[in-house]
Amino acid sequence: MTKAEIVEQIYERVGFSKKEAAELVEKVFDIIKDTLAEGEKVKISGFGNFVVRHKNARKGRNPQTGQEILLEARKVLTFKPSLVLKNILNEGDEESPDQPDGTL
Amino acid sequence: MTKSGLIEEVAKRTPHISKKDMEVVVNTIFDSMIDALREGERIEIRGFGSFQVKIREAREGRNPKTGEPVHISAKRTPFFKVGKELKEKVDDSPDAVESAADSQA
Repeated sequence: MTKAEIVEQIYERVGFSKKEAAELVEKVFDIIKDTLAEGEKVKISGFGNFVVRHKNARKGRNPQTGQEILLEARKVLTFKPSLVLKNILNEGDEESPDQPDGTL
Repeated sequence: MTKSGLIEEVAKRTPHISKKDMEVVVNTIFDSMIDALREGERIEIRGFGSFQVKIREAREGRNPKTGEPVHISAKRTPFFKVGKELKEKVDDSPDAVESAADSQA
């Protein structure tokens, strides 16, 4: 699925013109990106949370040469899927996830 | 920022569209993405990133409290891979702000 297909869905399900739907989809992702670029997390209930995490500097190694290198401190984006989404993806399995722990 | 905050923000930037309509649009975006993932389809949003469902194999785990072995069934888990553009933007972001909006989520 690409952005174009999401636009198509909005055109079909909501009834905006394709041009308008495309603009709106673009704006939605722009705002999410801008928010994350500010270091702020974005929480979409029923889907998941996008969180910017700070990674400390650490020593690494080039796996090919074995040479030690310094990996600088950086910020990375992580996605934690919501329990709702995880359950949706697993519904209808014979081996139903009836284990009490939902930990990953 | 929460979903309602997102809806509000887009609505602010598109005054000709009602907040109610914007809510439907945002919900439709995520609903259609969930539908795609449910079908096992990969999602690629250029400039943002991609989502893919991977299968975690069944394994024998252990109840950490009792030490008792438990069977953990195979399950599908969604994975997100951040796109290059956003990856760079995030790395350049100011240090994480714990916004006031978070606590009321």
